[in-house]
Formats: sequence, structure tokens, C-alpha cells
Amino acid sequence: MNAFANIKTITKRELAAYFSSPIAYVVLVIFLLLCGCFTFFVQSGAGTYFGRDDASLVTFFMWHPWFYLFLVPAVGMRLWAEERRVGTFELLMTMPITAWQAIVGKFLASWFFLGIALLLTIPLWITTNYLGQPDNGVIFAGYLGSWLMAGAYLAVSCITSAMTRSQVVSFILALVACLFLILCGFPPVIDFLSQGFLGPIAAKPWFVDAVASMSMMSHFEGFQKGVLDSRDLIFFLSVIVFSLFTTSVILRGHRAG
Amino acid sequence: MTKIRGNVCNSATKNNGGKKPVYFSSGDRYLERSFAVEFGASRLANMIKVQNLVKIFGTKRAVDGVSFEVERGEVLGFLGPNGAGKSTSMRMITGFIPPTEGSVTVGGFDMVENPIPAKRLIGYLPENAPAYTDMTVSGFLKFSAELRGLRGDAKKKAVARVIEMCFLESVQHQSVETLSKGYRHRTCFAQSIIHDPDVLVLDEPTDGLDPNQKHEIRNLIRRMGEKKAIIFSTHILEEVDAVCSRAIIIDRGKIVANGTPSELRQKSESAGAVTLRVTGVNGSAVTQKLSQLSTVKRATILKEDATGVTARVFPKNNVNGSLAHSVADAAQGWRIEEMHTEEGRLDDVFRSITMPDTAEEKN
Repeated sequence: MNAFANIKTITKRELAAYFSSPIAYVVLVIFLLLCGCFTFFVQSGAGTYFGRDDASLVTFFMWHPWFYLFLVPAVGMRLWAEERRVGTFELLMTMPITAWQAIVGKFLASWFFLGIALLLTIPLWITTNYLGQPDNGVIFAGYLGSWLMAGAYLAVSCITSAMTRSQVVSFILALVACLFLILCGFPPVIDFLSQGFLGPIAAKPWFVDAVASMSMMSHFEGFQKGVLDSRDLIFFLSVIVFSLFTTSVILRGHRAG
Repeated sequence: MTKIRGNVCNSATKNNGGKKPVYFSSGDRYLERSFAVEFGASRLANMIKVQNLVKIFGTKRAVDGVSFEVERGEVLGFLGPNGAGKSTSMRMITGFIPPTEGSVTVGGFDMVENPIPAKRLIGYLPENAPAYTDMTVSGFLKFSAELRGLRGDAKKKAVARVIEMCFLESVQHQSVETLSKGYRHRTCFAQSIIHDPDVLVLDEPTDGLDPNQKHEIRNLIRRMGEKKAIIFSTHILEEVDAVCSRAIIIDRGKIVANGTPSELRQKSESAGAVTLRVTGVNGSAVTQKLSQLSTVKRATILKEDATGVTARVFPKNNVNGSLAHSVADAAQGWRIEEMHTEEGRLDDVFRSITMPDTAEEKN
């Protein structure tokens, strides 16, 4: 009970911290602008929103991995870097709470914030329902997948934020790590590996498969089609748990000196 | 290990030992001061017990075998030059960093084995008084109160109490970012006492405050020290006199002196010396006559000008108190304008202990 109360207190504070700084509004506005532009105007493999002649949000969700690539590290970069720069880290770690409660509380706050960003795109869903009869189950799965994917990106940003006192360094490291998680399923990367440029072991099918299966894209694809595959669910959740665990190890390292 | 215990603490422990909760002040009947009892700690345990604490950073032994105890009712001053290991020790005591060797026990709970109940008993003001800059003062204090387990009415009262105690009324709705250093410091200090803790660890609590604020904070510490176990670090030696019941001097990670302020002062070379100002004689006559006394080790001239001579007479080791008499007898015929026995100066002791090579220059 106590643990939940502590997590709730920290989550509340962090969430309030977002909205008392410009970062929340900048991220929200840019996310919504990008969603609007790309969904309606940008020509892609799936066509445009109107050009598809189909009431669906495919052209909306397909861009999310790319928007998150730089928006989520921007949301997550301050989580621990700022705490350590200002010195409140010392305050927090001498409170009667465990490091886990602080890590989970902070993560949840940012994740809820990203959830709020997603919820603000609801007008798009209303529009689609007004214009036609979309499969709302598919749309729900898309939202769920998008939020889970944002959580995975965010957990990776937690690691990089714990690694440094500088928010800029944290942002860049998180961006590169997330870029890797997007690109590792792409054909050029898979070809590159299977042709053996990185040595014979890297060319083995099981290794190529392992790398390809780390891709955010392929795991998000199922959700976009309305398929709730437990493997995809487990993938995103395990990225989150593993990253938060790594964060706790890094933070413990800072304290041990 | 040196154990020096103040007498105050015994009576304080007895008062607090019974089932009857003792309240911080008559008006605040919400926080029972019996955390230690509630959480099963032995009532007889030292509030803070530090044993053979060692911290190694790389190859440097930042803290090297520090041991001491603090009882309820004691205010322990932690002195030492910069980089002596004060802050590192405090960080280990509050559980921020784990010790390389040794142990810290707070209210009977081991800080490494059982950190949560141990941390519950502590209020901590870190160096530089950090606070969340994006929050308002009262928001920050509410947050701290919640993490300390205070809810609802108790939280509201606790926040109101520390805002009043630390004189934060005028800035309570202001964001921490916009505060001056003194206010920010007091905000963080308020955070450390919000749960009325049994143990207070304050890292340079008066750093950056103006003289009035320093005075207020010292009074606050002294008042709270009657019921709590307090450790605070400082560079300011007058503070030790004003607030502490005991002081520890730490240098290069080791404890080099431990005692009450007056005990420490006794170690000063000038302790027990007699300073006098006379007119109508010249300096050499004064030193000549005084240094012939059997009780005198040596006599020096501090100042000599047209109006008179100021001299200091150092006693031989075994003479106690009688020096002033014999000096007064010897000075018959001179016009004595002023004469007093030196109590010894803490900064002399501090210098001679932490800088053994240069201490001789003084006097």
C-alpha cells in the first residue's frame, strides 16, 4: 500500500512538472501538428487519408514510430539528468522510498503524459467515424500499440537520462538508441547482416532473426492491423521492464561512486 | 572509539521513553514523536551510531575509519576543512551512498540492511540545499510531506508549521526558481523538519544566509536539539559555540578531535593564558619581570605603543587558574588598564589540528 502511495506521489509531482514548464506544450503542439500534416497531406505507401477511399487511421498510426523518435527522448531526457544536475536526486534517495518506487513513478508520469498527447488526437477518430464506418476495434488496437511503443521508447530514454547530467547528451543518446530499434527490422539492415559484413556469426539466420525481431516497426505493425498478438505485447513490456531495470542499476552505480 | 555523552540526553530519553507521546509544541498534536518505538527499535539504542565508516573513491580514502555516536538531546558539530570528508560522511549516514566498509545505525536500524525505517527517522538538508525548481514552496513542502507518509490534515498542518518556523509565509506561493539563496535554503531546511524527525542531519545549514537568518536558524537548531539527535557540519567556528553540545573535527577522512566546545578550546595554546594591558612601563620591562615568575612559561608582547603595552603570559602546563593572581601581584606599581584570562580559541585549535605545520606561526 505504501509503495503505491509513494509511486502516486512521485507520478503526480512529475506530471505537474511537465505542465509547469514549456516542454509539455511544445511537445503536445508539435505532436498534434505533425499528426495532422502527415495524416492528411503526406503521400506514403498507404496513400493519404482521403486518397485511400477507406475509413481508417492507417495513415495516422504509420508515422508514430518516427514522431516518437525525437519527441519521446525530449519528454524523457530530463527525468534523471535534471534531478542529478540540480541535486534533488540526493533528496529523493534519502527519502523513505525505494529507488524502484522513484523509477516507476517517474516513468509512469512521462508515460501518462504521452498518453495525454495521444488522447488529444481523438478528434481525428471522431472525424473518421463521421465520414465513414471505420473498424473501431482496429483503431483501438492502434492506439494501444502506439502507447505501448511510446512506453518502450520512453524506458530507453530513462536509461540515457540516468547516464548523464546533461539533457542534451541524454536526448541524442536516446534518439540513436531508438533509431536503432526502428531500423533493425529494415531490409537494408537485414541484408547487410546476412551478407556477412559483420563476421560469420552475424550472418547466421538466427542472429539476423534476433536482430530483426528487436524492431519496433514489426511489432507495431500487428497493432496497426488490429491484431493483439501476445508476442508483440510481451516485446514492448519486456523492453520497458528491462530498460527500467538497467536504469536502476545505473542509478545505483552513481550512488556507489 | 571515543564516547562522550552529554547529560542532557539522558533526561530527554527518559521523557520520551514512556508510552506517552511527546509533542513538538503544544499546538501540534498530530505527530507522535515515537517513531523509533513504533517501528520496533530499541529505545536504548543510540539515535545515530557510526562504526568504522570508510569510503573509498578510486584510490582515495575520502572517509577513513570514522566512528561516533549521537544521542537524543545532543547537537553534534561536524568541523573540518573543505574536502575533509564531512559531506561524504553525511551522505553515508543518510543512506544516499553506501559505505565501503563499516556501518551506520539510526534508531537501531542498519542503514544498509534496513534503509526505509532508518530513513524515516532522519531529516536531511543536503549541501547546497537542493529543491525542485519548477514547484512552488508550499507545493514542494507538500510533496515532501507526502513522501514522509503524511496525508490529509496532518500534511496540511505539517506544511503550515514548517512555513511558520522557517519564515516562509511571504514566499509560499512563489516558485522555488525565483527565490533568493536564503529563502531557497530555508525551504530545503523546512523540508528536512517537516515530519518532525528524531534525527536531523544538516550539511552546512547556515551557508549563504545573512547574519539575521543565521541567528534564526541557529536558534532553531538549538531548540530542536533538546529533543532530537542532530548532526550539522559547518566552517563557522562561532556556530559551534553557539549551538553544539559536542564537536568533532575531521581531517583527511579521520576524526582528529572529539569533545565539547570548551574541551576543545582547552587544547588551544592560548587557553589559560593571561592578557594584560599596562601603561607607564616599557615592553621589555614587562616581559622581563613576568617571565621570571615560577608559574609562567613565557611572556610575549602583543602590542606596544606610546599609550601602553599589551602582553600575553602563557602558563606552565600544571598551573591552573592561579596565573592571573601571580601576574597581578607581579604587576604592582604598573597601571593595569585591562587583564583577563583567555579561554582558548577554537580556530587556533582547528588550525593547529588540521594544519600542524603552520600552526606554530600563530602567537
